[in-house]
Formats: sequence, C-alpha cells, structure tokens
Amino acid sequence: MHTTVDQLKKGEKAIITEIDSDTLPLKLLEMGCLPGNTVELLQIAPLGDPMYLDINGARLAIRKETAKHISVEI
Amino acid sequence: MSNENINVALIGNPNVGKTSVFNALTGLNQQVGNYPGITVEKKIGFCKLPHNIKANILDLPGTYSLNASSMDENVVIELLLNKNDKLFPDVAVVVTDVENLKRNLLLFTQIKDLEIPVVLAINMADRMEYKGISLDIPYLEERLNTKIALISTRKKQGIDELKNLIVSYKTLSTEPCLNASAIDQAYFDGLRKTFPNELLYKLWLVITQDVNFRGIEKKEILSALRKPDSELKRLQQKETIKRYQFINDVLRIGQTIDASAAKDFGSRLDRVLTHKVWGYVIFFSILFVIFQSIFSWSEYPMDLIDSGFGWLSNAVATHMPSGILTDLIAQGIIPGIGGIVIFIPQIAFLFLFISILEESGYMSRVVFLMDKIMKRFGLSGKSVVPLISGTACAIPAIMATRNIENWKERLITILVTPFTTCSARLPVYTIIISLIIPDKRVLGFLNLQGLMLMALYVAGFSMAILAAYVLNKVLNIKGKSYFVVEMPNYKLPLFKNVAINVVEKTKAFVVGAGKIILAISIVLWFLASYGPGHDFENADKIVADNLKARNITYDEQTLTNEINSYKLENSYLGLTGKIIEPVIKPLGYDWKIGIAVLSSFAAREVFVGTLATIYSVGDTDEQDPIREKMATETRADGSRLFDLPTGVSLLLFYAFAMQCASTLAIVKKETNSWKWPAIQFTVMSVIAYLAAFTAYQLLQ
Repeated sequence: MHTTVDQLKKGEKAIITEIDSDTLPLKLLEMGCLPGNTVELLQIAPLGDPMYLDINGARLAIRKETAKHISVEI
Repeated sequence: MSNENINVALIGNPNVGKTSVFNALTGLNQQVGNYPGITVEKKIGFCKLPHNIKANILDLPGTYSLNASSMDENVVIELLLNKNDKLFPDVAVVVTDVENLKRNLLLFTQIKDLEIPVVLAINMADRMEYKGISLDIPYLEERLNTKIALISTRKKQGIDELKNLIVSYKTLSTEPCLNASAIDQAYFDGLRKTFPNELLYKLWLVITQDVNFRGIEKKEILSALRKPDSELKRLQQKETIKRYQFINDVLRIGQTIDASAAKDFGSRLDRVLTHKVWGYVIFFSILFVIFQSIFSWSEYPMDLIDSGFGWLSNAVATHMPSGILTDLIAQGIIPGIGGIVIFIPQIAFLFLFISILEESGYMSRVVFLMDKIMKRFGLSGKSVVPLISGTACAIPAIMATRNIENWKERLITILVTPFTTCSARLPVYTIIISLIIPDKRVLGFLNLQGLMLMALYVAGFSMAILAAYVLNKVLNIKGKSYFVVEMPNYKLPLFKNVAINVVEKTKAFVVGAGKIILAISIVLWFLASYGPGHDFENADKIVADNLKARNITYDEQTLTNEINSYKLENSYLGLTGKIIEPVIKPLGYDWKIGIAVLSSFAAREVFVGTLATIYSVGDTDEQDPIREKMATETRADGSRLFDLPTGVSLLLFYAFAMQCASTLAIVKKETNSWKWPAIQFTVMSVIAYLAAFTAYQLLQ
C-alpha cells in the first residue's frame, strides 16, 4: 500500500519509495532517509507530534509536517 | 629516534563517543579555548605516542557530514581544507559507533575524498556481542582503504592499537574509497580541466558550501562553472545516495547482524521514558530531585568555605601590619572572592547533573517529549536543551541553540534563555532565601527553602515561556521550519567524561567570575574607604560631638562602629548610593543594596561579594560570615532590613533582570546585531523592576 510516513501506525514498517527532495533538508537524507531504505515508526510523542522513527538503523525524531513528504510502501 | 610532533584531528558524528576517545588519549592534558572570532569551543589535548612521537589531539565539533549547516560544522571544513593552518592534521581519526556504522561511514567517505591519511576508530566495540554484530575487519579495511581500530572507551580497550595506527600514519592510504564524481562525470571533468592543481572534492565543497575558504575564491569557480542552486542541491542528494550505495555494498559483506542475538533494552526504556504520562512524571521528578539536592547536599561544604574565608580575613587583619594594603586585602579582596568561592559546591552539583543528563542520552528524549508543547510557544523541542542547560549558564546555552534549524525559533530561544535561573543567580537566591524562609521541613521530606528555590526556577522558566509566546506573536519572521533530532542509544555516563566536564566548567565559571569580582571588589573598596570633603575627613570628631550632644555614654567599640558607618555613608560609594536611592526605595532597598544591585549589572554573582565588601568596611568584625552580617542589618527604625517584602522583591528582581554583560555580548555575536541584546536588556530590566515593585508594595 502506498502512503506517507506521517500516516504510519506505531510499530509499522515500510520501505521508502520517494522523497520530496525540494522540501526535505539534506541533513535528513544524510541520516539515511533515502529511497529503498526501511522506516519503522517506533513511537509517537504523547501529544501526537513529533514521530520517533528508525530509518535504516538510525533513530531520529521528525515532525509530522516533515514526515508527510516521505512516501513509503507498506 | 626523532622527537616528532604531529597533529591528529578527531572527527565524527555527534553521539559516537568522540569526547570519550579524546579523554582516553589525553587524560587531563587539555586546553579549552575558542576559535578566533567565533564562539565554537576549541579543544586541544596532548598525548605521548610510541616511538617518542608527541601528538596534539584536536577534538573537532561533531558533524554528520561535510555539508556544513552550522557554525560548528564550518570549523571542521575550514580546518580540513586549509593546508596552511597550523593545526592541519597529519592524520585524521574518524570515530564511529559500532551500532550506527552505516550512518557514521558517510562522513568517513567524505574525509577520505580529501586525501589525508585516515584511521577509522570503531567505538563501543564492547556492545557488539550484546547487539549481535560481527565485523569482517580485513575486508572492511580493504574496501575502505584504511586501517581500523576496534575500541571501547568504556572498557578501556583498543586505545593502544589506536595509538599505534596513529603513529604509522605515513603508511596509511590516502586514496578515496569511492568515485563520487560519477554523479555528474561531465561536470567534474570540466572542473578538473579548469583547476588541474586542486583537489576535486575540495572544489566541490567550495562550490556547495557557504564557508570561508582561504586559498580558493568561490566567485572564481562559480564564474567558470556555474550551476543553479536547485541543481546543486539535487547533485548533493545524488552524492549522498551514491555514498550510501557504496556503504550498503561494503557492509552487506563486512558486517553481519544477528537480530535474534540482539538485546534491546533501549526500546523498553524508551517506552517508559517517552510514555504519555510516565514520560512527563519522570522528567519533572528528575528536575525536582536535582533542585532539592543542589540545596541540601551543598550545605555542609558551603558552611565550611564560609567560615574558612572569615577566618582568613581575620588572620590577615591581625597578622599583617595594619595599613591600606591590609585593609584592602582583608576588607575588599578576601570577602569579595569568598563571595564566589562559597558557591562552588552548588555550581559543581548543577554541572554534574546536567552533564549526566546529556551524556546518558536522556536529553534527546526530553526534546522529543516537549516539542509539541514548545512549538505552541514559538519554540522548538530543541529549545529545551538551552533552557535546561541555561540553569548552569546562559552563555553555553545560547551557543547550544545553534542546532535549532528554524531561525525564528532559534532567535526566540536566544532571547528568552536568560530568564532561566543560571548558576550566577544561585548565590543571591541562596543567601536571601536563608534569611527570609525558615529552615523547616514540611510533609517530613520537603525542605521549605528548597521549595522556595524551586519556585524561583519555575518563575524564571514560566517567564521564559510567556516571553516566547509574546515574541512569537510579535516577530514577523518567515523561514523554513524543520526539525530533525537524533535519538542516541542510552549510555551509562562515563565517570571520566562527567568529572572532566564538571571540573572544566566549574573552573571556567570561578575564574571568569573571579576576575570581574576581584576588579569590582577593589574598586568598591576604594570608593567605600575614601570620600570627598569635610564630612568624611572629620568623621571622628563629628561622630564624637554628635554622641556627646545627645548625651549618650559610649565605649570605645561603639564609637569605632559609629565612626565607620558614618564614614561609609559619606564615602564616594555612599554618596553614589544616595543618588540612586529614590529609584530603588520603592523596591524596598537601602543604598547599600542599591550599590550591590547596580554592580550586579556586570555579573549577578557580584551581589554577595559587593555586600560583603560594603559591610566589612563599615564593620570591625571581619570574621563574621556575610550571612550573619546581612541578618543583623537594620533599617533606621530598627526593623530587620532583609525581611520578607525586601527579600522577595530582591529575588524577583534577580529572577528577571538581564544582569550579565557576557550574555549580552554572546547574544550580539549570535544574532549579529546590537538590536537584539539592546531589546533584551531593556525589556528584561523593565519586567524585573515592575515585578520587584509590585511584590514589595503588596507584601509591605
């Protein structure tokens, strides 16, 4: 199923298919947020934002507004 | 055997234990300074290597890649691109974390492209078994064109191997490990033809980065081979993808992870520490414990220091020949310095706790927990770090805002951080609380004075949040907003790292503040000991006549005290105090407090020292601790000067006023204009005055 990272549920794993390279910061790419890599939603912050992700083995948190620019395939 | 001296640069991502490696190599042989013109911390250490080689070890700021996005990262690039820099490394050690090898190797491949000898240090090797990781070191060394040291700073393993590899730097390969220029062959061929003598990757960095390079002019390259920004960004992304492809390729064979063998304690801990209820409960409990313990644990050493300085003052006064110099030392310098030394225990405890929070990886979880809340007030989750570390000192806290990506969020954080209760306020708070709040326990375990202290921290923090909220509405700054924060693995803080950190920071605080206090104490002493005109010179006679006229019988002691205080009132300092009295009287202060408040605008911690100096000059008993002197100080009508209304008024004034010249200087540096520090100073002073005024008038 095609969707974006902000739609993932806790514990769900997906493969990154496409990234909106104009909006995403280079830093995120450098941390491994690239097409073909896996992403898993580990935790959502108590108030619904930000999201705590495991991207390609790297653990990081991003806001939902950023996460919606990352397309994935579940 | 040569006596060679080499430069070694430690480079690595944040959170890979780079500082632990630095500490393991250098021990306490460290110097911390600043890079010229900017406020990035520069850490150099010295280390003796085998074969009589001495090394200067440079601990560079942590960076994820050579695509700089902050001042700290610029430092790394500027050094690595400037062969003429006297710190240019003979060999670079790229420090990585075995659990994050994939991501850490990105920076490694970039450093390799600069064609300097590189050693790859894979840290936290003791975690390999626990995480089910095994590495094929010979294969990795071959593919990455380097030598690898598997180390564990925690278990003190592999440091000697690392030293041996550093020594043999001349035999290390300087070949890049992949051909990054394949992302746009034609473009890079063109570059190579135009600048045959320059390193290709260096040219690429100059083109894509906004940093200051000596040697190559950016304009020169741009006119030769111009590309629009959007295309450059696309190429940078292609470059990153290319590097990751290579790394994935290498690790597919070189690294095996047996997921079934891996134990994941961190995830379970995360579930609790970022839980929607427990997460906040734990966070606030930690803060609560910290503030309670700062107050109660440091009590004993503080008492000891206090009486020690009283004794010293007295000893100087009795054993040195009497004269101006003795007076200056006994009444000016010793009480002034004592006023700061006494707070070393509290400040050290504070730095200790903050250092543990940061080292353990917990701080990132707090950032995660707080982001949504902070965003509502125009701040970022990352603002929590400056706001918490601001409890130690606003200066490093303001520097720590650099990793906030959005300029508006960052500016607001910079502007409100000085509201958080820094350690320089502790001296003032401690002494005044002890004078106005009884030392009692409620509910069996809550120390009332500790509670008051905590209330002041809450007041400072609330004011910061409130100010942020207003600034967020008022400031009209648009900017791209994004937020990326790494969640490092939980680690038990290394004793050595924490200890070195606490010692360094406390030392810097005491020396920095000590200089200002020493200077101010001396000036104050002179101003308090000399006065203009007839009243001051004939003090002895005037006081004696006055007492006689009122028919008061007096002994020698009373006369001396009366003369001293009369002299003080008519000294230069006393006269200045009289001038400012109308302004501060509505706040409940006498002229002596007024002088102390005024001198605190250089640095808050001067307050206690200033009062100590003023009271010493006006008093014959030098050995009385400053607290005693303040407790017995009375108004004209005989009531206690430091009573509840005046005390609370002072506490609120210090909570909100911008009384720190160094912070203003750093704000100017970080915002690159005098506008922001000027606004900050004015607004904070007005708030402080109004708060103190209201409190005094209501409580009176």
